[in-house]
Amino acid sequence: MSGSPLLMFEHGGLAELGRVPELAVAEFRAHVLDAVSGGARIATFFGRPAPGGAVRLLIVLSEEYTGILSAAATTVYDSYTALTPECPQAHWFEREIAEQWGVVPRGHPWLKPIRFHPSYRDGKDAWHRAEAPAAGDADFFRMEGEEIHEVAVGPVHAGIIEPGHFRFQCHGERVFHLEIALGYQHRGIERRLRGGPNARTLPYMETLAGDTSIGHALACCEALEALAGTRVPTRAHVLRGAALELERLANHVGDLGALAADIGFLPTASYCGRIRGDLLNMTAVLCGNRFGRGLVRPGGTAFDLAEEHVRDLQRRLRAAEQDTTGAAELLWQSSSVMGRFEDTGAITAETAQALGLVGPAARACGIERDVRRDFPSGIFRYAQIPVATFGSGDVFARAFVRALEIQRSIAFLKAQLDTLSPGPVLAPFGACAPNALAVALVEGWRGEICHTCLTGEDGRIDHYKVVDPSFHNWMGLAMALRGQQISDFPLCNKSFNLSYCGHDL
Amino acid sequence: MRIESAVHFAAALVFAPLLLGIINRTKALVAGRTGPPLLQAYFDIFKLLGKGAVYSRATTWVFRLGPAAGLAAVALALAFIPFGGAPALFPFSGDFLLVVYLLAAARFATVAAALDTGSSFEGMGASRETQFSALAEPALLLGIIAVARAASGAESLSACLGAIDGRTWAASGPALALAAAAWFTVFLAENARIPVDDPQTHLELTMIHEVMVLDHGGPDLGYIHYAAALKMWVLGALLAALLIPVRTGVWAIDGAAAAAGMVLLAVLVGVVESSMARLRLVRVPQLLIAASTLSVLALILLMR
Repeated sequence: MSGSPLLMFEHGGLAELGRVPELAVAEFRAHVLDAVSGGARIATFFGRPAPGGAVRLLIVLSEEYTGILSAAATTVYDSYTALTPECPQAHWFEREIAEQWGVVPRGHPWLKPIRFHPSYRDGKDAWHRAEAPAAGDADFFRMEGEEIHEVAVGPVHAGIIEPGHFRFQCHGERVFHLEIALGYQHRGIERRLRGGPNARTLPYMETLAGDTSIGHALACCEALEALAGTRVPTRAHVLRGAALELERLANHVGDLGALAADIGFLPTASYCGRIRGDLLNMTAVLCGNRFGRGLVRPGGTAFDLAEEHVRDLQRRLRAAEQDTTGAAELLWQSSSVMGRFEDTGAITAETAQALGLVGPAARACGIERDVRRDFPSGIFRYAQIPVATFGSGDVFARAFVRALEIQRSIAFLKAQLDTLSPGPVLAPFGACAPNALAVALVEGWRGEICHTCLTGEDGRIDHYKVVDPSFHNWMGLAMALRGQQISDFPLCNKSFNLSYCGHDL
Repeated sequence: MRIESAVHFAAALVFAPLLLGIINRTKALVAGRTGPPLLQAYFDIFKLLGKGAVYSRATTWVFRLGPAAGLAAVALALAFIPFGGAPALFPFSGDFLLVVYLLAAARFATVAAALDTGSSFEGMGASRETQFSALAEPALLLGIIAVARAASGAESLSACLGAIDGRTWAASGPALALAAAAWFTVFLAENARIPVDDPQTHLELTMIHEVMVLDHGGPDLGYIHYAAALKMWVLGALLAALLIPVRTGVWAIDGAAAAAGMVLLAVLVGVVESSMARLRLVRVPQLLIAASTLSVLALILLMR
């Protein structure tokens, strides 16, 4: 992208806000579309209030083959020409911008609210509504015809899961179209972070998506540390990496078990349910909490690991490795399981690339995309975990990639625990630089977590933007269902296992 | 009417829910869990009978009639089912047709009640149930005809299953084995077991039988659970009578052998459910057509 006016910066560093180029809308669009067609991805794209009642749109693109981030901004008032028709990755981001700031992306193919909250900009609303509707209260895509029937599922589900509404357009058992409506869990976390960092910042992060406590806390800390110039001790990097991988292990194992349970395959379901508990208990050895709450803090970790606990973890890891390998092998060796997994809910690599999917969902389509390799931070700058991919893009691929990642994460954890060097785990955390921008990318177990922190004149958080991997991937689930059997929806859904609250924020 | 027939009829009414307990205990044992009590199905049914029911304003008398009509039809079918070597309560020539039609009538009541709710879930379940049972019915009927032929052309279920003994198996074992395989498939399908349906799932979109009764509650649901247990007994008793050819003529021995057969059948279902995944819904018709084919093969073998 030589000659591009976009501001380029390295992951883990900060950029002065004043240096982010302010482009005219047409120029902004041209450069973004150019970069995306050249292989860049939209890591985050959001609006923030600008003087004179305008809205300043800021985009951060990531180029995974160079490891470079680039940023650009443009100022809009009530509308601008949408990026989505040429760049489907922007679909959800532009709906979010429209909802939050009352800016209409002209030509957007499906402009609907995504969280159903009132506009943040007084008197401006993209749909000219007097007040925000109840969550899910909107028109859905409909097919007409004698033989078409519509199935609505949720937001209240039969299982103990989060609320979300799924609207299927079916012909018999076959799904033509699935539309997903979320927003039932919108809490307004991003806005509550303004004025921080303070005592509430990390608890908000750790409960933003309950199953990704470490992932989001780590992304937040890395952004804040970049802004404050904190040098995190090596031992803390190792402990954070270990916690992140344990979180991945617990969730991946839980997912394999849940996939087995969905098709009524009890052996793996039973094993994995127990092993997931073992793995969560290992996180509790690190910090006393099974979900890793209270572990990651700006400057390092709040807890150190005693020598006896290291040996304890090594012992437990060996047991978990043996158990998970056996439980996963049972899946691949059962023809009745493979008959359900293979060719179910397949998406092509082209679709995955166009939608900007992340995490195991993207890697299951053969796309080598992993923040730990592409934008390494912390311990991942020194220790590599091979990227696990599989090409078929179906439920089997998503399950198999998880199984591969389980093996590789365990190998990584063993190596790190074997060579853990002594030292401090917490460095003093100072004040953040004023008028600066930091972007932190972390490979959570679902995929790329992107936190963007902008500070004001006083060095306090002026604007905070979270992009959970689910934000990128919900559209992938909808696409995976096209032409599938409606009875396979729960299985496809579980193979993505996306977060509702991480999306709703 | 013979006294043992009445005893068997009463025993079926009492012990049918126990089969569910045995299946669940087997599954729990294989998974290394303690599992629910053996009598859990009874506790559930009694709990439901003691509750009130809630009816949607969108439903009519069809919805309320469904569970009671279904239970009545299945209980009536039980009166034509022999157990062990003993005949049924009211055997008559051609009673197997009535049994199959009574099961169909019970299904019709359930399906009509499901459609009466107007829910898309229940509509889907009704569509699946009718499609699959239409394919399961020939497998069952053709299997019965094959067994009847093996039993030298007996015309009632009691006569033909009562005539199945060691000698019949020695004479036409392969044909009877094929018919038993077909019946076992029908048994799994009709009782909503894996690999056709998953009785434990909470996922409405994947359900067949369970999704049709989502809107029923209280005593109605109790009737439905009880009718399902009786239906399992009806089809299970046919299988047990075919596969356990103990015909000593001593009522206690024949009855005990058949009861052991029922327990073994429940254990077998538990083992099947512990070791394989459900089929994709589109594959279920293939399984049922295969069962019909087995029945036809059994019949061909006996046509010599």
